[in-house]
Amino acid sequence: MRFGVVVFPGSNCDADCYYVIDQVLKAAVEFIWHKETEIKGFDGLILPGGFSYGDYLRTGAIARFSPIMQSVSDFADRGGLVIGICNGFQILLEAGLLPGAMLRNNSLRFSCLPVNLKVKTDQSAFTGGFEADEVIALPIAHGEGNYYCDDVTYQELLDFDQIAFTYCNKDGLETPGANPNGSRGNVAGILNRERNVLGMMPHPERFSEGILGGEDGARIFASMLKSFKEGLG
Amino acid sequence: MYTGQVFVTLKKAVLDPQGDTVKRSLHTMGYPEVKDVRVGKYIEVKLDGATRQEAEERLDEMCRKLLANPVIEEFHIEIVEDDQ
Repeated sequence: MRFGVVVFPGSNCDADCYYVIDQVLKAAVEFIWHKETEIKGFDGLILPGGFSYGDYLRTGAIARFSPIMQSVSDFADRGGLVIGICNGFQILLEAGLLPGAMLRNNSLRFSCLPVNLKVKTDQSAFTGGFEADEVIALPIAHGEGNYYCDDVTYQELLDFDQIAFTYCNKDGLETPGANPNGSRGNVAGILNRERNVLGMMPHPERFSEGILGGEDGARIFASMLKSFKEGLG
Repeated sequence: MYTGQVFVTLKKAVLDPQGDTVKRSLHTMGYPEVKDVRVGKYIEVKLDGATRQEAEERLDEMCRKLLANPVIEEFHIEIVEDDQ
């Protein structure tokens, strides 16, 4: 499986993602500059975190019109695996590849801390390596991660099992106190209806080695790898 | 040449933590009459257009595509004709 890390001007977690795929997963990975218009020979895409275009206008609003994004959309339509992390999630929302939008954290603060997450579904290429309802730990680092969608959309997310991760306490309870940003339903990550696109605010690439504080993040990338290999088999 | 004045605000259904914080601050400063504050954006766009209507239609399209996010925001446009 060959991963591509899409680099926008202002991305700053691209090298971390590359490192984890290359050094932890020992899989093939390449950077893809946002001005490219073709995505060829890749089996999974990572839209990394950062501050693409300085977060001007709205987070992800400008990057969504980068030349590469039409190819990312086509790649997703063909069933390719796409994971957007933090700013990458914001870009996927602006591009309409995932439903909803991001608001400023209700605290108005930039929140940078490890959080507990509940894995809401093991039925996806990204979460297949977890148990449903398992509590994991990953760090967040964002100022606009307050997920918003209207009632109809939220009900659809529930009905179609599209919520991948929620913020919870260490016992797995999705309490208001465990919600770091005000996200609707404590949502931390969602899937598209076809389950091949995941957007999440927490940073799996930052918790992929024990020496950095946790290894749960690597399990998301490993799940993608396993799912891809099984798809071939 | 026209100047398009675009006012982008959060939809009524969307909570505005920034506005709430400003409201609380105004109360603390001695303005108890403040009932609600919503913080939005003002964007000024200079553009050419054969007619005022054309300029407005094009700007409306720009708002739908980029300047506002219809999931959370609404917008209002004013077109002003610039003195030559």
